[in-house]
Amino acid sequence: MAQLKRIPGTNQPAATLDRRDAVPALIERPHDWLVVAGLAGTAQELCAMTDDGPNVFGLGGAMGAGPMMALGLALSQPNRKVLGITGDGELLMNVGALAAIALQCPPNLKLVCVDNGHYGETGNQDSHTGLGVALDRVAAGFGIPTVHTINTMADIEEGKRILAAPGLAFILLRVKDGPALKKPRSLRPHVVRDRFRAALLGEK
Amino acid sequence: MTTQDGPAWAHAMYDALRAQGVTQIAYVPDAGHRVMIDRSLADPEVHSIPLTTEEEGVALLAGADLGGARGVLLMQSSGVGNCINMLSLTNGARFPLLTIVSMRGDFGEGNPWQFPMGRATQTVLEAMGVIVLRAEAPEDVLPTIQAASTMAFQSGEAVAVLLSQRLLGAKKF
Repeated sequence: MAQLKRIPGTNQPAATLDRRDAVPALIERPHDWLVVAGLAGTAQELCAMTDDGPNVFGLGGAMGAGPMMALGLALSQPNRKVLGITGDGELLMNVGALAAIALQCPPNLKLVCVDNGHYGETGNQDSHTGLGVALDRVAAGFGIPTVHTINTMADIEEGKRILAAPGLAFILLRVKDGPALKKPRSLRPHVVRDRFRAALLGEK
Repeated sequence: MTTQDGPAWAHAMYDALRAQGVTQIAYVPDAGHRVMIDRSLADPEVHSIPLTTEEEGVALLAGADLGGARGVLLMQSSGVGNCINMLSLTNGARFPLLTIVSMRGDFGEGNPWQFPMGRATQTVLEAMGVIVLRAEAPEDVLPTIQAASTMAFQSGEAVAVLLSQRLLGAKKF
């Protein structure tokens, strides 16, 4: 089968981490966060890690929404830690969101991009990141003050330290192609919204 | 500028939205929204949030709602087309939405590039489940904004208020 060529002059180490190990290792206490998780892999794994918890709004559509939803949530809940976690495909779809987020710079917001270099939900075609686009350099160029790249399990310790410290940060978690953790989760978005607000705000 | 520059209806609109508890004001810069943008920048209790594309604002306001905050999205009619699929988030999860759209491609428009999206604006919004209200004259603005904010924040609907070029004045070419 014909394949796209890598972008000339780009060079990244091969991704070796299994996301089923790496994501739970990085986000040890998922219940402590308010989470917006992008479709589809990160929504599946954060819902699996919390047993479809009410602190997670996992997207099943509206591709590109995740990072900006996390910004709106972080600005509205300055005393809570907010995690915006998404994949390379969703981040690329609305990559300008990083500019809007950098400009607001909420100290309680952390962004994690689980980059598998593929469009996993659509037939597993190569994504731009698998062909040389470096989202960590993109995030730094947009002005995100702390950027960290995880290529190995050893890199996860620094990622955990960044997640525990105040300040806007972007973590690029590079994983190999493969399935995410998965358990049954609600795909009814109005149910997910209502239970999120009920748990956080006490709304009846 | 002082905060009193610009038309009185625009200041009344800002004050009404703040009285409704709006604390996140997101926008793609636009001359028609100048007063709203400048007031939001000068307001220490408001997050003034410039976007790179309008659909970011649809997602932002959904996140604000998750956290119990109210916001408004300001854009030009050309930006409505950029929001179409993102409105599936609003519609599917029943997020409230209040957006104020400054029209191009309607009354007195002199730039032919503006007509395709200007003419499609209301149809596109309604196709995605957004209720559309219009303000044509200065005296329309405040009651229309008050009605729209009640529909959005009390009833949880998605509502767009279109500010006509008859109100704003057509840009000269």
